[in-house]
Amino acid sequence: MDLRISELAWRNLVHDKVRLLVTVTGVVFAVVLIVVELGLFLGFTTTTSSLIDRSNADLWIAAARVPYIEMGVPFSERKLPTVLATPGVARATKTIVRFSQWQRHDGRQESVQVIGFDPDQPLGGPWSVVEGRAADLKLADNVIVDELYKTKLGVSRVGETFEIRGHRARVAGFTRGIRSFTTSPYVFTSFKTAQDFATVAEDQTVFILVKAANGQDVGELRSRLLSRLKDVDVLTTAEFSGKTRFYWMFTTGAGVAVLLAALLGLVVGVVVVAQTIYATTMDHLAEYGTLKAMGATNGYLYRVIIQQAVISAIAGYALAMAVSVFVVRASAKGGAAVLLPLPMAVGMLGLTIVMCTGAALVSINKVTRLDPATVFKG
Amino acid sequence: MALIEARGLVKTYAQGDAAMRALDDVSIDVNPGELMLLVGPSGSGKTTLLSIIGCILSPSSGSLRVLGEEVTRLRARDLPAIRRERIGFVFQAFNLFPTLTTLQNVALALDLKGVAGRQARDRAAALLDDVGLGGKLESYPADLSGGQKQRVAIARALAGDPPIILADEPTAALDSQSGRAVMILLQRLARERGRAIAIVTHDNRMLGYADRTVRMEDGRIVSDVTERKTDTTTGAAA
Repeated sequence: MDLRISELAWRNLVHDKVRLLVTVTGVVFAVVLIVVELGLFLGFTTTTSSLIDRSNADLWIAAARVPYIEMGVPFSERKLPTVLATPGVARATKTIVRFSQWQRHDGRQESVQVIGFDPDQPLGGPWSVVEGRAADLKLADNVIVDELYKTKLGVSRVGETFEIRGHRARVAGFTRGIRSFTTSPYVFTSFKTAQDFATVAEDQTVFILVKAANGQDVGELRSRLLSRLKDVDVLTTAEFSGKTRFYWMFTTGAGVAVLLAALLGLVVGVVVVAQTIYATTMDHLAEYGTLKAMGATNGYLYRVIIQQAVISAIAGYALAMAVSVFVVRASAKGGAAVLLPLPMAVGMLGLTIVMCTGAALVSINKVTRLDPATVFKG
Repeated sequence: MALIEARGLVKTYAQGDAAMRALDDVSIDVNPGELMLLVGPSGSGKTTLLSIIGCILSPSSGSLRVLGEEVTRLRARDLPAIRRERIGFVFQAFNLFPTLTTLQNVALALDLKGVAGRQARDRAAALLDDVGLGGKLESYPADLSGGQKQRVAIARALAGDPPIILADEPTAALDSQSGRAVMILLQRLARERGRAIAIVTHDNRMLGYADRTVRMEDGRIVSDVTERKTDTTTGAAA
């Protein structure tokens, strides 16, 4: 039975190819808009907390009430021995995240974020290193920057030297795809060098990163550290990541704007698809009246209309995904990453079908109220 | 036994503050094997009566029994099943689906009744063969003449093997030759297959094919003339 409904739905759709094209274009437009906006949102949120998420640490110790990573305030590094002496701590290391100024060869200043870490520890360093090695940062003044910011920083190759806040900085390597949400590129260097680049006093640090011992409950360790340390916050990596993401996405309004744009895409999609499916329904209204007169139930007609919506959704989704993948790939080389993980792509299929079937409700309402006696009115 | 028994049917429509009576105390039986014409001037209530006995429109009052079942007491959602199982419709404008082939148009009616796949295809092909369109199974309505379209519509009406066929001006859009062919086909269905057939028409050329002619004026039956007796038990000509 369903085969015939599918056939009728399909033929109703393809009968007017121009209208089908308009419908599918509407779906494609809406889906691409939603994917790009949600992908941007996802890219932004991932970018804002990537330093924390990729730190390999279980706990972050920061000055009290630090709202997000870029707002770290220096505190005494003498807390480090206390941390290291706490049972359940496998490793702990000092880390600096601070803004500074990079001077290009042409004299122009660029704002950068200096990330100082201990190259002998597997915590808080760069990832995706494509040229040079993180271990090269053991040498004083050496830095690693991301390929994405070569032009911005005026860097062309390994070995070039620049100045950061009057101190010599030698490019020892490059990473790939490590974006900064603040537009200030990350500059990875040793903790010691970072103290000079970011004017952090000799006996100060900005964060202490902690790796729990195997089998140690992180929550318990956090409580234990809090009981031993004063004037600092001890946050799990997930907590600190969440705080940072929330700040950038919602406190600044950046994320809300992107989400609103995605919502707008959804509304535009529903309106466009609703209009075209409604127009298609109106075109075939006499046929629906005939079906009703012949004894078709409303449920039968709903299935025809919903299948038209689902066919439009699947066709639109397939084309939209092709466009979206192109956008995602193009964005990989740009300043803002658009992410499209598989769960989001699958979720978008569901959302597209919901959007199109939701749009079909207007048509369903029209058919429900259709009087089958219209068939006898010429 | 009459397949349709209508008693005291009244249909009123609100017209501003006043009420307009489209049907006024109409009682009529439609018998198996009988080709009945409903004639009368425009606005006489013919189509309203056809819509009510076709369970498409509900009467304001009165009784209607279809194959012995009182349908005026049924809920609106139960009426599609009555139409689907017991009544076939033929329309003035054919009302075929332009995007489907003739075979698919007929198969769609079978699909509504739950017959699908090869069984539906074979039955649809047999019905089209029966109305002389066995060679046009894959043609689209746009490729058919008016007479051929109406024959497809008749095949579709017969799809569920209903005992009652209701037709609204089935020859109005046809030339006289095609109109005659359609009437002969309907006459054959009544006489050979025992169907009860009620036809609304303005076409006086068709009067000769009727077993019975019912004339309506102002929502009432003003004459009911039997041209040819049929055995109302078997539908055979008496």
